[in-house]
Amino acid sequence: MKRVYVNEKWCLGCHLCEYNCAFSNSGGRDMATTLMGVNIRPNIRVEEGEGVCYAVSCRHCEDPLCVKGCIGGALSIEDGVIEIDKSKCIHCYTCIVMCPYGAVMPSEDGAVQKCELCVKTKKGTPACVAGCPNGAIVFEER
Amino acid sequence: MKYVIIGNGPAAIGAIEGIRKKDKKGAITLISKEPHHTYSRPLISYLLLGKTDEERMKYRPDGFYKDNGVDVMLGVTAESIDPVRQTVKTDKGKVPYDRLLIAAGSRPFIPPMKGFDAVEKKYSFMTLDDAKALSEALTPETRVLIIGAGLIGLKCAEGISGLCGHIAVVDLADRILSSILDREAAAVVEKSLREHGMEFYLSDSVEEFKGGRARLKSGKTIEFDVLVTAVGVKANISLVKDAGGACERGIIVNDHMETTVTNVYAAGDCAQGTDCVTGQSRILALMPNAYMQGECAGRNMAGEPGAFDRAMAQNAIGFFGLHMVTAGAYEGEVYFERGEGLYKKLFYRDDRLMGYIIIGDIRRAGIYTAMIRDRTPLSGIDFELICKDPSLLPFGKKRRAEMLGGVKN
Ligand SMILES: Cc1cc2nc3c(=O)[nH]c(=O)nc-3n(C[C@H](O)[C@H](O)[C@H](O)COP(=O)(O)OP(=O)(O)OC[C@H]3O[C@@H](n4cnc5c(N)ncnc54)[C@H](O)[C@@H]3O)c2cc1C
Repeated sequence: MKRVYVNEKWCLGCHLCEYNCAFSNSGGRDMATTLMGVNIRPNIRVEEGEGVCYAVSCRHCEDPLCVKGCIGGALSIEDGVIEIDKSKCIHCYTCIVMCPYGAVMPSEDGAVQKCELCVKTKKGTPACVAGCPNGAIVFEER
Repeated sequence: MKYVIIGNGPAAIGAIEGIRKKDKKGAITLISKEPHHTYSRPLISYLLLGKTDEERMKYRPDGFYKDNGVDVMLGVTAESIDPVRQTVKTDKGKVPYDRLLIAAGSRPFIPPMKGFDAVEKKYSFMTLDDAKALSEALTPETRVLIIGAGLIGLKCAEGISGLCGHIAVVDLADRILSSILDREAAAVVEKSLREHGMEFYLSDSVEEFKGGRARLKSGKTIEFDVLVTAVGVKANISLVKDAGGACERGIIVNDHMETTVTNVYAAGDCAQGTDCVTGQSRILALMPNAYMQGECAGRNMAGEPGAFDRAMAQNAIGFFGLHMVTAGAYEGEVYFERGEGLYKKLFYRDDRLMGYIIIGDIRRAGIYTAMIRDRTPLSGIDFELICKDPSLLPFGKKRRAEMLGGVKN
């Protein structure tokens, strides 16, 4: 299955992936008006320190602990993609306790949010990958 | 192959999913006492809070049993097992098995209390039916007395807080949530619950119930209309125990979820396995553990070997928007941080993280959980950095390439 992989050697730390993610999931029409003045909550996050930077998002694990731990049956695997049904999430955050990557997070409304490889927004390449100017984030089979 | 599963909670569902990863054809029969489609037990308090409904509480979609080729017998109670003939005796007849899983969970433990039998309106808080019955007994004036300030008692309290007039909670322990919080952390949460109008009587217990009053050991009295007992749970072990299988507080299982009875497995709240943090044999009555034990049992029942040896305490819970996460064992040296919206204790010993308690800002706590589970040597990472802020930075480039780049070193 194709997944998002990050090569930290090429990450510029520009945070564009965060904006592209937030925009892709917003349903808005153009990025500038949608994100202007908004405190974005992207599903991919850049970590920086001591001369390194890289983006972290859901690994779509084959054996996902978040799904196994979910107490409400709100997380499920659909064709390999780990998806969240926000209407079933009761904000307990057990998935946050389970995820080794810290890639599941509370959203503004309290339900958890996570990368769903843009399957719910559009088909094809995830927005973070499509917009990465240095090819540091790729969508491929490994 | 004929699989029989007793239970319909996460351990049972995990087993079905585990079996079907390996064996798409074998016949699976599920027997469960509760007459409901599989639902999320912890959500019963959220149902009363109005944050979910019976439809959304379903742990798996309506088509789950059919899609997985499971023959379901709901509202049926398993009474005993015959390990020689390999049959389960139920109140609706006998069911033969080749492999049997006991995923029967637990039941409320009610300590002997004087005058208890004469209390008219008394409830437990374990099942969907319990929750519905309790909510029907409540009016905006009702005074509720809850015995037990553990996870279930306090989740019940939160759930009914908008449906009744007053809530008093009594517990023998000196603090609330004593199974997951230390004294300081418990004080933080207790303060918040008091602000929501709850009253606590700690280090205390009921001496006698009489005429709508509970007289406590301390001499205090509490007037109440409805009583909820949430002191603790007892594992449902009798099916295996009566068949001669090894049991202590729970049904003894190895890392493959096998009991000492041939072809009989156990998982979830009724099973007692090894806690990977402490090495102790104990019941870990939590949802993630139930699912993973069940899944492991299912795979093994279907002939795919593979151990589940990563069982540990791991819990996330919140009350009125105050979130807390806990994991592992609270042993060793302590990293302590307290600030605006954060209470954090990390416990470490012998070059490994043993456990944590975090209240408030719980983001990315799973990174700590993984360190406990994987026994990550602390000498190999930037420990100071990770104590302050859980991220992947402290793990270094090489480990990160495995985590994020799918690179196998
Ligand atoms: C109010 C509440 C809140 C909770 N909150 C949390 C939480 O936030 N996080 C967490 O991790 N855990 C929580 N738990 C614990 C969690 O619900 C359990 O750990 C989990 O449900 C255990 O799963 P199980 O499959 O082992 O058993 P159960 O879910 O208890 O299922 C057992 C099943 O077996 C059936 N059964 C029993 N005996 C028989 C018999 N003789 N014949 C036929 N069927 C039988 C029962 O009908 C039941 O369906 C909570 C529990 C409660 C009650």
